Amino acid sequence: MSGYLEGLIAVLAINIIIAYSVYLPAAAGLLNLGSAGFVLVGAYTAGALTSLHGVSLWLAVPAGGLLAAVIAFAVSFPILRTRGVYMVLATFAFAEVVGGVLLNWPGLGGAAGLSVIAWPGLAAVVAVAAAVVAGAAWLMSTRFGLSVRAIHDDESVARLFGVDLRATQVAAFTLGGFVGGVGGALLVHQFNFIDVQGTGVLFSIYVLLYVLMGGTQTVWGPVSGALFFTLVPELLRHVASLDPSLKSLESGRFIVFGVAVVLLMVLRPQGLITRTMIERLFRRPSAGAQHG
Amino acid sequence: MQLIQQIINGLMLGGILAFVAVAFTLTIGMLNFLNFTIPALFMVAAMLAWALISPGAHPLALGLHWVPAIAVGVLAAVLASLLIERFTYRYMKTRYGDATEHALPLVSSLGFLIVFEHLAMTLWGGDPQRFELPFRNTDLNVAGFVIGLPQLFSLALAITLVAALQTLLNRTRIGRALRAIAENPDASTLMGVEVQRVVPLVFVITGVLSALAGILYAVSYGVVTPFMGDAIATDAIAGMVLGGLGNVWGAIAGGLLVGLVKVLAISIFGAEIEKIPVWGLLLLILVFRPSGLFGASRIGKGKF
Repeated sequence: MSGYLEGLIAVLAINIIIAYSVYLPAAAGLLNLGSAGFVLVGAYTAGALTSLHGVSLWLAVPAGGLLAAVIAFAVSFPILRTRGVYMVLATFAFAEVVGGVLLNWPGLGGAAGLSVIAWPGLAAVVAVAAAVVAGAAWLMSTRFGLSVRAIHDDESVARLFGVDLRATQVAAFTLGGFVGGVGGALLVHQFNFIDVQGTGVLFSIYVLLYVLMGGTQTVWGPVSGALFFTLVPELLRHVASLDPSLKSLESGRFIVFGVAVVLLMVLRPQGLITRTMIERLFRRPSAGAQHG
Repeated sequence: MQLIQQIINGLMLGGILAFVAVAFTLTIGMLNFLNFTIPALFMVAAMLAWALISPGAHPLALGLHWVPAIAVGVLAAVLASLLIERFTYRYMKTRYGDATEHALPLVSSLGFLIVFEHLAMTLWGGDPQRFELPFRNTDLNVAGFVIGLPQLFSLALAITLVAALQTLLNRTRIGRALRAIAENPDASTLMGVEVQRVVPLVFVITGVLSALAGILYAVSYGVVTPFMGDAIATDAIAGMVLGGLGNVWGAIAGGLLVGLVKVLAISIFGAEIEKIPVWGLLLLILVFRPSGLFGASRIGKGKF
């Protein structure tokens, strides 16, 4: 396999993992514009463990995920007090605090970023991505998944039917933090480097866009969103490299991405993949069919 | 002496932040919409004005006089803002309701942010460009302290515009319609307010405020880039939260405060360590005191 293709698959796998870290809370109606915060926690924890303390990669990655999960659990209580725009801003502020702390943490590289040597290899990253997708699919098929869907569709009715709103949302947020931490831990080791500047607001924005473009109604939304929005820009870059007259496509591909975001919100605000679409494809009508 | 100069510098930066913070807080207070296209409008006005003024090989290098160039920049930002209104807020009233519904305009505005920034990058490249006006010196010297005229002008203009806005909101018919929409769009429709015709006015005001801020920033600091709006918008959001969402006077005070803290922290500690206390404080404010530091006097109280 060529180096280019390997790199592309690695980016794709990590994008998918991180997309699920935003999907899990989003499926329970919580918008997280601070995914970079959890990714940074996981990346710097695991990176510091392998490079500074000589811990094995296979312990460092789960450790990164766990610390991110603990932090997610702790901040979920104050953040769940907020709603709507306030929640978007609170998660955004959380990521800024994490970035600020890491930037000023002596011994972690500061603005120069953190370099690590341990490398998980493509197969491991792809395996983790597959496990995350499968795990999310399983989770959404359980009773917990049903509660999450109910909250997403209508909070007050879900509460009326006896769903424990806070416990479910805290669990979804914490799980999202764990997945984000694991994604960050893999990200830093796959590319041997991470820095705070490159994992900032714009990073969180892109992840949120992947998820909402893919759709939060079903568990297949984030993977489709990450696939579509990782591969289409790459394809455009490839087309641009074929002919010098198409050179402007190189930077223009982000314009295409932005236009796609705007048009998708206008034409298909529920995202690419919806519940009805899955049901039509697999002919399993259910009570949720009136949603489109 | 040095400290006083730094305080002046901080307030000068704050003058520009206040402008942008007012634009943010207005859209949130009126429409409950976090408008991420504000940094794009900020940049469009400044970069377009730069392109029109400076002679060179780049697109739209017309070598215009600075007055029409700035006017065209502001006009372009206002038109862009109206285009954004068409594709963001108007789709807020969606056909299906779920917990992430309120995010639709936010997401479209992020899409527009990416479009405009990369459009500028495709046209003019990503390198910082020098923005120069024909005046040789725009700094005022008062008793040994350097005061930037554009920043001073920015602060004065921001206060004037907010005062005018307040009068518009409180005294005029269209202001009453806007306040009604801020309270409850559905009820105001029933009361005969033509929401679709009044809402674009908010976007015109947003466009004017962001564009003026962008141009004043370019004049004061002499540099434009396609991504110049991002850092300013982040700080302006901080200022808005300090002042309380929807509180226009709070946004001015908050913007000044953030500018002051930022400049002082950098001059005292050297690095951008102020991020931790500032954003930590913001997180606490958002969670425990969402009305901001200055108490509740905001438009659209019923919304939150």
